[in-house]
Amino acid sequence: MSKIKIVNLQKSFGDFTAVKNSNLTINDKEFFVLLGPSGCGKTTTLRMIAGLELPTSGEIYLGDEEVGMLRASERDIAFVFQLFALYPHMNVKNNLSFPLKMQGYSRSEIKTRVEEAAKLLRIDHILNSNISSLSGGDRQRVALGRALVRRPKAFLMDEPLGTLDAEFRELMCLELKKLHIDIGATTVYVTHDQLEAMSLADRIAVMDGGEILQADEPSVIYNKPATKFVASFIGSPGMNFISIDQGISNEQSTLKIEGTDFIIPKQHEISKGKKNSFGIRPENLSLTNEGGLKGSVFGVEYLGSRKIVTVKTNFGEIKVKTDISTSVKINENVQVKPSNDNIIIFDGETDKSLKSEFMN
Amino acid sequence: MDTSRSYLEPSSFSKKLAATIIIVYTVITLIPISWMVMTSFKNVNSAISYPPEVLFDPSLEGYVNLFTNRSRQSQEYLDSLPAPETWYEELVRSREMVITGPSKFLGRYSNSMIIGFGSTFASVFLGALAAYAFSRFRVPLKDDLLFFILSTRMFPPIAVAVPIFIMYRKLGLGDTHLGMIILYTVVNLSLAVWLLKGFMDEIPKEYEEAAMIDGYSRLQAFFKVVLPQAMTGIAATAIFCMIFSWNEYAFAVLLTQFNAQTAPPFIPTIIGEGGLDWPAIGAGTTLFLLPVMIFTIILRKHLLRGITFGAVRK
Repeated sequence: MSKIKIVNLQKSFGDFTAVKNSNLTINDKEFFVLLGPSGCGKTTTLRMIAGLELPTSGEIYLGDEEVGMLRASERDIAFVFQLFALYPHMNVKNNLSFPLKMQGYSRSEIKTRVEEAAKLLRIDHILNSNISSLSGGDRQRVALGRALVRRPKAFLMDEPLGTLDAEFRELMCLELKKLHIDIGATTVYVTHDQLEAMSLADRIAVMDGGEILQADEPSVIYNKPATKFVASFIGSPGMNFISIDQGISNEQSTLKIEGTDFIIPKQHEISKGKKNSFGIRPENLSLTNEGGLKGSVFGVEYLGSRKIVTVKTNFGEIKVKTDISTSVKINENVQVKPSNDNIIIFDGETDKSLKSEFMN
Repeated sequence: MDTSRSYLEPSSFSKKLAATIIIVYTVITLIPISWMVMTSFKNVNSAISYPPEVLFDPSLEGYVNLFTNRSRQSQEYLDSLPAPETWYEELVRSREMVITGPSKFLGRYSNSMIIGFGSTFASVFLGALAAYAFSRFRVPLKDDLLFFILSTRMFPPIAVAVPIFIMYRKLGLGDTHLGMIILYTVVNLSLAVWLLKGFMDEIPKEYEEAAMIDGYSRLQAFFKVVLPQAMTGIAATAIFCMIFSWNEYAFAVLLTQFNAQTAPPFIPTIIGEGGLDWPAIGAGTTLFLLPVMIFTIILRKHLLRGITFGAVRK
């Protein structure tokens, strides 16, 4: 197993730049997730690490070796595809031994390794089955098995759970996590599903428009988003933003919006301009009768353990995660108020979060 | 009204109508073929008798005549010969003739085999490589190239007969197996590229990417992963190519005479005494039909899938 390092990686297809000047270090034995909306460059980045695309510029290190321009076959990595790409003309056993045959292992060694992987993934009872007769979950396991048998330097996975139904996806998520703990392999995992990313990753890199916006542990990504995009993309629903027409000065700790003073974490950075936004997650807001932003209830979503109340205010729709006992009616006049100081100010010019006591 | 069936399903009346049409069509197409097979088992007289004989005494005379050269002899000469050793000698003697040697049919037949299978293999092999490249790589002017390839099929091949005839004479390719294989391959290749490209497009590129990551080169991945999955398309393409080069008549007449002459221009020239030897021609055509029929029956399953393949996008 090895660490993976990406330095100034760039990929253009004609005029379109899919990946812009990216830098990343993925530690040995880490489960690293590339997360972003479709077309953000996450799959292209993964394919460049795999050698399926060659970078326009930049370097990729696998261990200590620079592999950016090597063929996929010379890199010793394994790739799990979204559509599994199991060879339909071979049975499960042959699919698993296919990568080993190329590397010239003896028959007995191949047999041992295939059986070992099959046992680990609990597919030893279907070794002689045809691929077409397998369920989605079993296909997924075979695809993982084909990656496992080679004991490669790293595992790369491109939305491997994307085609499974919700129930199965959760199960496979757990299995993947357990597998990763068992074999401790460096894994790079691409997904657009934030729940998958949150539950699997040691660290997440959020990408948008070909750029890596933030790479950190899931809790940091969630609580201390580096940019407005990260804040809105992560979380369900995403963070609320309130536009404010005032500059932020150093040491500032209150903010006047619509005549009301709101306490904000002590700011350690000065905003560049006068148009900024005030970001707060739905669970850090509460409904009140006075001292908040005025609005009317627009919609109520019942989530079992929580309710999400959408309030229409002068600053647009604001979503509030409330206790299940809260009862509000549509069109009822309410006020929305922060219940703690988990508040982030985003600079209107750079879309980056400003440093504060909370954001350190 | 019968409401038990879905509106998407054809009614039993239209099913019956379809079956009837197919049966009538089959019978009509089978009449000439069965007439041909019957003729091959008739003797010279019953083959040309009027009104035509549907019931007749079967004879292998046609087949014997097809494979042998004979000459007519006087009764005294025939009597002076030792008794015939084989059944076919006996049959020939009974017509007051003796066998003077084997005919050219076997040679022409094997020419057809060599040229037919040779050019089919070459078309499918080259077609598969080209189709793969067109399907996977960023080929400059791809659409124009593909149209250009297709355009070679837009005129009847015989339109270029004269230039090809001159070219082949200058190159020394006239009346050679290689020349005919090249010619049929060139004609079939455009069809092969287009048919196979469709099939290659349907094979997700992840398969060969997976193989390449597993340590195989692109060419190895092509042979081990792409080709096995393109078998349906390859079989369908092979049948089309085989049928064309097996049946081709015009170029064969024009370009071959002795060395590489195929069966189609040879069979109609089988002349018996006082006219065409219809049973022998029937026998030749019947035997000529067999390889393509067997080839098609073997690959039939693929052919049917091949025609409907890709009609519905997954």
